[in-house]
Amino acid sequence: MAPDLRKQVAIIGAAETDTVGVIPDVSEIQLHANAARNAIRDAGIDKNLIDGIASAGQSPVAVADYLGIVPQYLDGTSVGGCSFMIHVSHAVAALTAGYCNYVLITHGESGRSRVGKGGFGGGASSIPGQFEAPYGTFGAPSQFPVPIVRHMQKYGTTEEQLAAVAVSTRAWAAKNTRAMMRDPITIDDVLNSRLISWPLHLLECCLVTDGGGALILTTAEKARDFKKPPVYVLGTGESCEDVMVSTMHDFTESRSFKTSGDRAFRLAGIERKDVNHLQLYDAFVHTPMYALEALGFVKPGESGPFFAEMRGAPGGELPVNTNGGGLSYTHTGMYGMFALQESVRQLRGEAEAQLPNVKISLAHGPGGMFSAAGTVIMTNQG
Amino acid sequence: MTTRRQRALPQPTPETQPYWDGCKQHELRLQYCNDCKAFFFYPRAFCPTCLSDNIEWRTVSGKGTLHTYVISQRPAPGFEDEAPYVIAVVRLNEGPHLMSNIVNVEPKPENLKPDMPLEVIFAEMNETITLPRFQPAKGA
Ligand SMILES: [Zn+2]
Repeated sequence: MAPDLRKQVAIIGAAETDTVGVIPDVSEIQLHANAARNAIRDAGIDKNLIDGIASAGQSPVAVADYLGIVPQYLDGTSVGGCSFMIHVSHAVAALTAGYCNYVLITHGESGRSRVGKGGFGGGASSIPGQFEAPYGTFGAPSQFPVPIVRHMQKYGTTEEQLAAVAVSTRAWAAKNTRAMMRDPITIDDVLNSRLISWPLHLLECCLVTDGGGALILTTAEKARDFKKPPVYVLGTGESCEDVMVSTMHDFTESRSFKTSGDRAFRLAGIERKDVNHLQLYDAFVHTPMYALEALGFVKPGESGPFFAEMRGAPGGELPVNTNGGGLSYTHTGMYGMFALQESVRQLRGEAEAQLPNVKISLAHGPGGMFSAAGTVIMTNQG
Repeated sequence: MTTRRQRALPQPTPETQPYWDGCKQHELRLQYCNDCKAFFFYPRAFCPTCLSDNIEWRTVSGKGTLHTYVISQRPAPGFEDEAPYVIAVVRLNEGPHLMSNIVNVEPKPENLKPDMPLEVIFAEMNETITLPRFQPAKGA
């Protein structure tokens, strides 16, 4: 029989890089290290106790060496922006199994300034290199939105509903002094912004920024010894689907999102209605829509009306992306770490746009263009 | 001075070479699993559904429908003269779907209705690579 992992592991340290936005003078590996050190200080932990390390982009070997950490647990899972959610998932198992006592998970990405960038992407002989790139795909804006028209066709989803996601998210960013884009916007502003890849406009695409974040986890028992209130991991999920967006199984839904979310809820032993706060990785406006449906918070096809009715916006029934998201807060490239950071802040009562009575928060994101998925459900209730 | 940037072209692998050989001969070829009785795409060494080696290459109709798409405004290298252009997923009549471009139609949403019938045409890029692209089906 599988062990019950609920509340066996908690986050004791969480921090981002000193600044986020434009950081032309810091290399990518140093963004990892800076965030890591801040998380270590946030936890008040002796660095030498850390014996597990996980990172993406830069290898965990490089991060451990840079920080002088001697790990007995390594996780180099690098499947895109949700990698850190999967790192949390794996750390729960590793810590419960006794593989190690403290896991440090780091992200650092010079997504805008591109200082000391690691490599990414396949060559001309890879499957995407042969079967997508020759048709003029050029970065995420030309690929990630490919499924949307099918969602519009099946459910009658409109361009105005898509734009509403950007409006809702900006309304949260207006409350966050660290957000890059804080001026309120309207549906018309979104639809009148420059067309990038129809049906998406500039304001429906995420920012490109620099920054980082880090988390430290340990067992619930050990977590009581540290200065911040523990944020417990209730359940996690992960999955993957296709190597190319063009070979998704069904363009109206994300199978990887659904598989990941279902596992997280099964392990957490809670209902959808128990969740008070959502961080749904918004690389583009449709990604939180697909997530909201796949995770079961609305029925298939109902995410457009959900956002159009501002039900995820300030004052809405189920707040979504209260930091301002990848659309308006910050988006380095692999944004999943920032989704997790905001969940922790909300559960600790430290968020700039703090919600009342947050007991359970869910952070979820894709890796690649619906290629992978990671989900983490957290609580502050011991 | 500007240098024209290189367009991304496929570099076939042993598993995919028959597909690209077919395109060069202006034939769209897909793999068919004799155990599943179904076509699949992209090319692989065995059936991705049942893992059977009992597969064969078949030349297919080249007919399909427009499943989903974007109209990309920012050109990829080598696409400067084509932007904006349509990056689409075509659902072939034989079942599988694949990415391609929709050409010979003005790239506007009103001209690109989901499920509209399409037919393949072939674009010779160089002496070894010919790409399958699609246009609205004649007489549809
Ligand atoms: Zn088969």
